Amino acid sequence: MNISISNWTKSGSPWVWLNAGAVAISVIMVASLIGLIGVRGLAHFWPADVIQAKYSERQNSRIIVGEVVQTEQVSASQLIDAGIEVAPGVESLERRLLKNGNRDSEGIDFTWVLSKNLSDIKTPAMLFTAERYEWGNLYGFLRSLKQEQKVLAQYAGYEKNDEYMALWSLLDKSMLRAQDIKAQIHDIEKNQIGKINHELERLRLKERRMELDLNSDADVTAEIEQRRVQLAKEYKTLEDKLVDFYGKINRDSIEVEISNGSVITVPIANLVRIFRANDMSIWDKSLHYIAKVWEFVSEDPREANTEGGIFPAIFGTVMMVILMSIMVTPFGVVAAVYLSEYAKQGFLTRLIRIAVNNLAGVPSIVYGVFGLGFFVYFLGGSIDQLFYPEALPSPTFGTGGLLWASITLALLTVPVVIVATEEGLSRIPSALKEGSLALGATKFETLYKVILPMTSPAMMTGVILAIARAAGEVAPLMLVGVVKLAPTLPLNMNYPYLHLDQKIMHLGFHIYDVGFQSPNVEAARPLVYATAFLLIIVIALLNLSAVAIRNKLREKYKALEV
Amino acid sequence: MSNTSPSKAPVIDFNTPAMIRNRKFRAFKNLFASKSIALGGMSIIVAILLIFFYLLWEIMPLFKAASIQSWEEKDAQYTQYKSPGGGKTLYLGIEEQAKIGMRVNDQQQLTFFKTDSGEVVSTQTLTNPNAPQAKVTSFTTVSEPSGIFALGFDNGEVIIAKHSYKSTYPDGVRLITPEVSYPLGETPIKVTTGAVDLLSISNDEENWNIVAGSNKKLTQTIISAEENLLTDELEITTESKDLTELPFTANKLLLLPGTRWLITAGSQGKVAVIDMTKSADKQLHQEISASSAQITEFSLLLGNNSVIIGDENGVISQWFLVRDNDNKWLLEKIRAFQKTDAAVSVTAMEHRRKGFATLDTNGTLYLYNTTANRTALKTPLLDGQATAISYAPRSNALLTEFDGNIRLWHVDNEHPDISWEALWQKVWYEGYQEPEFIWQSSASNNDFEPKYSLMPLAFGTLKAAFYAMLLATPLAICGAIYTAYFMAPAMRRKVKPLIELMEALPTVILGFLAGLWLAPFIENNLAGIFLSLLGIPIAILGFGFGWANLPKKIRNAVPDGWDAALLIPVVIVATLISIHFAHNVEALLFGGDLRQWITDDIGIPFDQRNALVVGIAMGFAVIPTIFTITEDAIFSVPKHLSYGSLALGATPWQTLVRVILPTASPGIFSALMVGMGRAVGETMIVLMATGNTPIMDVNIFEGMRTLAANIAVEMPEAEVASTHYRVLFLAAFSLFLFTFVVNTFAEVIRHRLRNKYGSL
Repeated sequence: MNISISNWTKSGSPWVWLNAGAVAISVIMVASLIGLIGVRGLAHFWPADVIQAKYSERQNSRIIVGEVVQTEQVSASQLIDAGIEVAPGVESLERRLLKNGNRDSEGIDFTWVLSKNLSDIKTPAMLFTAERYEWGNLYGFLRSLKQEQKVLAQYAGYEKNDEYMALWSLLDKSMLRAQDIKAQIHDIEKNQIGKINHELERLRLKERRMELDLNSDADVTAEIEQRRVQLAKEYKTLEDKLVDFYGKINRDSIEVEISNGSVITVPIANLVRIFRANDMSIWDKSLHYIAKVWEFVSEDPREANTEGGIFPAIFGTVMMVILMSIMVTPFGVVAAVYLSEYAKQGFLTRLIRIAVNNLAGVPSIVYGVFGLGFFVYFLGGSIDQLFYPEALPSPTFGTGGLLWASITLALLTVPVVIVATEEGLSRIPSALKEGSLALGATKFETLYKVILPMTSPAMMTGVILAIARAAGEVAPLMLVGVVKLAPTLPLNMNYPYLHLDQKIMHLGFHIYDVGFQSPNVEAARPLVYATAFLLIIVIALLNLSAVAIRNKLREKYKALEV
Repeated sequence: MSNTSPSKAPVIDFNTPAMIRNRKFRAFKNLFASKSIALGGMSIIVAILLIFFYLLWEIMPLFKAASIQSWEEKDAQYTQYKSPGGGKTLYLGIEEQAKIGMRVNDQQQLTFFKTDSGEVVSTQTLTNPNAPQAKVTSFTTVSEPSGIFALGFDNGEVIIAKHSYKSTYPDGVRLITPEVSYPLGETPIKVTTGAVDLLSISNDEENWNIVAGSNKKLTQTIISAEENLLTDELEITTESKDLTELPFTANKLLLLPGTRWLITAGSQGKVAVIDMTKSADKQLHQEISASSAQITEFSLLLGNNSVIIGDENGVISQWFLVRDNDNKWLLEKIRAFQKTDAAVSVTAMEHRRKGFATLDTNGTLYLYNTTANRTALKTPLLDGQATAISYAPRSNALLTEFDGNIRLWHVDNEHPDISWEALWQKVWYEGYQEPEFIWQSSASNNDFEPKYSLMPLAFGTLKAAFYAMLLATPLAICGAIYTAYFMAPAMRRKVKPLIELMEALPTVILGFLAGLWLAPFIENNLAGIFLSLLGIPIAILGFGFGWANLPKKIRNAVPDGWDAALLIPVVIVATLISIHFAHNVEALLFGGDLRQWITDDIGIPFDQRNALVVGIAMGFAVIPTIFTITEDAIFSVPKHLSYGSLALGATPWQTLVRVILPTASPGIFSALMVGMGRAVGETMIVLMATGNTPIMDVNIFEGMRTLAANIAVEMPEAEVASTHYRVLFLAAFSLFLFTFVVNTFAEVIRHRLRNKYGSL
């Protein structure tokens, strides 16, 4: 049964195996990429154990505290280059990236440590992690809770006992109160004052418009003035409320012993959440995980996008994609119908078909350049001159925004819809068409009642593919209106509700920006993985559904063709 | 059959008014629909054309020739007028808006006048209070943009003055007020013992460097003027020394910035470079013959680094100091411009660009740009030899004096700095040792020379695409061959959507992974990566051979066409082993660290984000494109061809190589072209996975900057309608054309192939 090498080679099997290997490698690459992003993105929300250890370097030793984020091997020569002494004969050493937090008191919140220098590694149950609105995470031992200057409760040890738990439950209560006030402050600042500012701005523009039109209607001016006074009054009330809230929210604070032994005071108002990761059961951790994931998809970003959620980015992406679909669907379908049903099939049509096909291969950045030059500067600039002269020199549509981003992407994806729809149209058996025409239907009626309904799955496929492409495209958007931070949503309660001129955030751009332009890359990295994972999930679902629809469609027409 | 009365068709009257109306309405609807669908379809075609023509429209101005005509305002043409102030002109100047002109004459009068009518706004006399009888013997400017000029007198004294303009808006109308100030005080400064026949001044904040003298004798005076913080008075310290005797009688002097270099021109085209920091006997640094005729124009270009030399024969050339390999500075001729028809007469330097305007003695105007070595305009302007010419700061106007008359001209010369040479050939930029390809579009200082060579970007684009194709081509084509020809249909149905998903993966994710995960990974496991290139094929072949030698029972357990699934664990294990043992190999061969060995022992620079990273990441993005098209081409080869071959006794592999692949080869070729098109235009991966430095080096361990990434980086900052903006459009247009042509070609090939299959 044995086969010799030469016979085996002669049969060509090695080549077949190598070809099979190529498929295997491609499959592994896709799977491991998705796996890598999934693991890194999802693991971030799991509350990791916080370690406390003695770190000795040369003669000095100190206590360090933090989460181990990454462990890797480094070659000895690299370490020697970095000025670290390595015993001869050692080829590589293990080092860990520690998220030690406490950026306000320690300067940096990530440190590389050599594993061999760590000793007495412990995970104290009472070591807590606090997420803060400013300065990133805080790790430490809770020492006391203060109301204004009065100490409500305190604890000095490191062990878990009732005294400590009592302190902790007081803290929980104080946190709830602070968060409640915070929510109210947020509502006033963002919604109510935002609304007043928006209206004041509109009044200013109205006035400026009248000035430009040389139209001085005393009544209108008086009306504006009156409204302005009224708004100022409302603003004053809100401001008073805010001052009051701010006074209240800063009432409580905690004292925390941090890794170097010093005690710092942290206002409760600065805390997002506080938990003892080492003391949590799996159930607690799962709840925490769900809460974190929910925060991620539903909250605004914090700390230069390195903490918090990505809700505005999700919202912006969705808004843009919806607008884009509204534009791309009718145009794409009409163009496809024209090309395959109405246009005279000749050299010109073939040429156009090739051109449309190739448009899908034109680099997306070219669309971005076109969008910036033509839509933003040329069209937008003209619209501003004509319709929004009162806002000049600050541009309204003469700068990147939701509308231009959507149109640019619509242009970019229209070939996808055309090609998919045309494919669907070409699969309709001509007998059906001829039958309808023979029964006396006009061409349009045939199209509308027979052909289009049957092509609808193909159109759907096209639109879904277009959406998937648009959701992942970044390069053109960088030029036509996507920005790193735009917490004001393009759809809100201020007139005219849908703000087409507003700049938006976008998931893809968010990945680029946070991953590459962030001041604190280490802190931002897990969120980038999480965002990337979310984007992949969305796009994979869209694509798979497109494939499913397409397959179903093929089955259906196979039956018809018989 | 029973008796059947012929069934009567129900009588329907098709011509009731309602029916007719209905029919008309349907016909109308049909017509309307076909018109509007045609309109909609056409609009898409228009959109495609619009992209093309809009890009073209944006880049056209780059190649437009300049033009000049009389200055017009509110439909009134400006005409010429008598030079205000009279006398002989020493200098002409214009302010920013080209509304106010300024003239210095040999009677020491400085006259500000309106450029439209010559109406005098104000006059100042720059007399020498020490010696009212002293005559002006020389005039010089520090630089055009600074507005600082100096008069030298026959008693060895100079006055330094500055003209500036203030804009105010009383009643919303712009009012420009000219002013004269004296940076070193109104008292003249004694700089030499004899008459100041030759004078040159350079200035660097508080430090002034003045060289003055006559014939062969020159004196250098260094003045530092510091404002006393308490009294607001100028504290001036002066230091002067005599320079070496010149080898020839100089008639023109130029000082470069700093206190080191002085360049003089004498008769018969002689030029000498003086190094003033040396002791007197060593000061003569270089003496050359820059021209065969009398030098008539000798002045500094914007930035005061380049000397423009024009002579009686009409030869104009640019010179600057170049450091040779022995670290010695030598004045070298950089380029010669288009010859003027007659002797060079007067020249005006641009204030913000590396360009100048020249009038020859016939009155013909030439607008030159030095970087692009371009003559933007050559046109007869005046009837004879002009006495003075001056550029407005915005380079949109020229003021000429001819025959005692001054006239303002409007110049339209938006983009002189672009030419075919500047974009695609080596250019000798200021401060460089030799001509080079450089892309550097902006800098912080004003007298910067923009370097718009697209070569490094085009090179980077092709480099990135090349390395991507290097990875993608074998993987995608081999994978496609297996999937289309050998793979079991059930597995094919699972693999194809996976590859399609791979195509849909946003490139921003690939780029981010490449930059943040892959780049450090490769840096740490460089040996592992190269070892797995070797290890994986060996493992696959070894496994294949071993499999062939397994008992039939085991082999039959796996159905035909599922080999790829078997290989998945093999490849994973092979990769892990390669990476794991790479460290040992490294220790054995490369002193412990391949990456360091490469930089230290071979001397190849290593960037963390390099072409290898881009190759892998972009290869990943290109694989599905090539895969899908190739797979399609191979799969649709008519089955009877392969059945025939197999029936004749060929092995499957022989059938594939001899029958299937030759038939499908045009399809594979077109797949490669489409893949190439995608790699060339990809933006995000290169943007994130390279350092984006525009270098020209094929080294796989260094980065690059591609056209697309360059657009993404610079477009948001480019000023609308500036040269930079339009060059970026040009880059986009090139990308558009390249991919469009490549894709069209590929599409045509595929179309032919489809017809061929049809006929088979």
